Amino acid sequence: MSGPIVKIEGLTKRFGAVAAVDRVDLEIARGELFALLGGSGCGKTTLLRLLAGFETPDAGRLLIDGQDMTGVPPHFRPVNMMFQSYALFPHMNVAENVGYGLRREGMAKAEAATRVADVLEQVRLAEYAQRRPAQLSGGQRQRVALARALVKRPKILLLDEPLAALDRKLREGTRFELVRLQAELGITFVMVTHDQEEAMSMATRLAVMDAGRIVQVGTPYDIYERPASRFVADFIGVANILKIEGGWLALRPEKIALSVERPGLPNVAAGKIVDIAYEGDRSLYRIATDGAVMIVSTTPNLSHRRGDSVWLGWAADAGHPLDA
Amino acid sequence: MIGRARFAFTVLGFGYAFLYLPLALVMIYSFNESRLVTVWGGFSTKWWSALFANEAMLQAAWLSIRIAFVSATVAAIIGLAAGYALARAPRFPGRGLFGSLVIAPMVMPEVVMGISMLLLFVGAERMFGGPERGFLTIAIAHATFSIAFVAIVVQARLADFDHSLEEAAMDLGATPWVTFLTVTLPLIAPAVASGWLLAFTLSLDDLIMTQFVAGAQSQTLPMRVYSSVRLGVDPQINVLATVIVVVAACALIFSGWLTRRKV
Repeated sequence: MSGPIVKIEGLTKRFGAVAAVDRVDLEIARGELFALLGGSGCGKTTLLRLLAGFETPDAGRLLIDGQDMTGVPPHFRPVNMMFQSYALFPHMNVAENVGYGLRREGMAKAEAATRVADVLEQVRLAEYAQRRPAQLSGGQRQRVALARALVKRPKILLLDEPLAALDRKLREGTRFELVRLQAELGITFVMVTHDQEEAMSMATRLAVMDAGRIVQVGTPYDIYERPASRFVADFIGVANILKIEGGWLALRPEKIALSVERPGLPNVAAGKIVDIAYEGDRSLYRIATDGAVMIVSTTPNLSHRRGDSVWLGWAADAGHPLDA
Repeated sequence: MIGRARFAFTVLGFGYAFLYLPLALVMIYSFNESRLVTVWGGFSTKWWSALFANEAMLQAAWLSIRIAFVSATVAAIIGLAAGYALARAPRFPGRGLFGSLVIAPMVMPEVVMGISMLLLFVGAERMFGGPERGFLTIAIAHATFSIAFVAIVVQARLADFDHSLEEAAMDLGATPWVTFLTVTLPLIAPAVASGWLLAFTLSLDDLIMTQFVAGAQSQTLPMRVYSSVRLGVDPQINVLATVIVVVAACALIFSGWLTRRKV
């Protein structure tokens, strides 16, 4: 079959008076690693739970692989979810946890055991099959949760903040591992995250959400370089938003050149350094200009000091104009 | 600091003495030689042998145990359902009232419960010709007030139960019923078992309600003890009290261990 794996039309979910998901339209293509990105309370988790079937929509339609799933309960949907808390069954060992979904399908014991062994091999947990979840580290638990959801070979794997519970070091490695696994298996991943860096670095496409609505869908490059609104420009990375005629201009800090002499660029501004944050691989400067405080990012230059008078300059196509 | 600690321990000592000295005395006096309950006449186990040869007392004990077993089992099943409903049912108007109604029997005077039960059974006998007052009616009466205790324990266990475990099971293809059997029930089983034990001990020593609903032929252990004490206390009662205290203490310790145990 062709066509999108997920098709959402006018989907709405209200909790009391608040619309957590508000008339959302969305299509996700086969084999994508799609990210739903937004701050807390933006509706991204509710949208994921609507896909899994844990919430029933108040309006709209939800199609998975061309089939209407709107009223279908979670246990009949061809999707599996990796929970933020992992939700591993504490009274079962790793192999029983991973095999749980296969037993529910009524798969023969021998076949199920082979499938479980294969998937545990894939996530490098083969020698932990007999352990209880309580005897595993955070990273191992995360891989059990992943294996448990993947063993059913779902049409879509839903991931709720898959990296949030890991420490920083482990997160970086796991990020690459998830992307590699997704490419290997070819399964569509739909991931919810509040971490824009995570979404940008992993996703093939992402949707930015705010107050229950999708404000922009695109590739990470599109969204960073051509944000649709001031909200997106501000939410993704850091942006200087300048008032220009007929709207605003989003200007990324790394697109601005910082110099002591007046630069030969079409746009210039004079200012004073207010703050310097040295981050090793780059330095961030806050510079007070005539109109506003601007943020500039450059490779570290230790000759700049707080209070110095400097010039800012940027190319004609450095900024991205915004209407709203 | 030391003065304050000593004061605290003294207060604690008095508190425990107040609670447990009478029980300790009963236990010691169960090994009394003398025929008089309050006079120490040397160590002996003769009252222990006398009790275990006392046919009427043993019969009453056996009846009490059977009633406790049945009523605790019924209360565990209904209390589990009630506790699950209270913890899991979506919010609806009047839910608070419903919750209070389940636990009301805990604070309801037993005399009131007893009279209402008696009226119910008398009415039922008039309309349907049964049930005859005795084993069944006592078991039903005990189950009604024990349900509240089981429901409370189950509800508390479910309140700190990670709901995503149940969602994960459903996500992996389990129907709600299979989810309950394979995930929820195994994880709250210790709470249900501890509720069962609580119901068992409550039934074992209930006197007031039992007297209302018991028939002429059905004398439970507490009733038997009560009537024999009225004829004068026999040192056998000390022995019996010791046995009951030990059984109840074991049940309580076991039920506490079940609730605290990490799965």
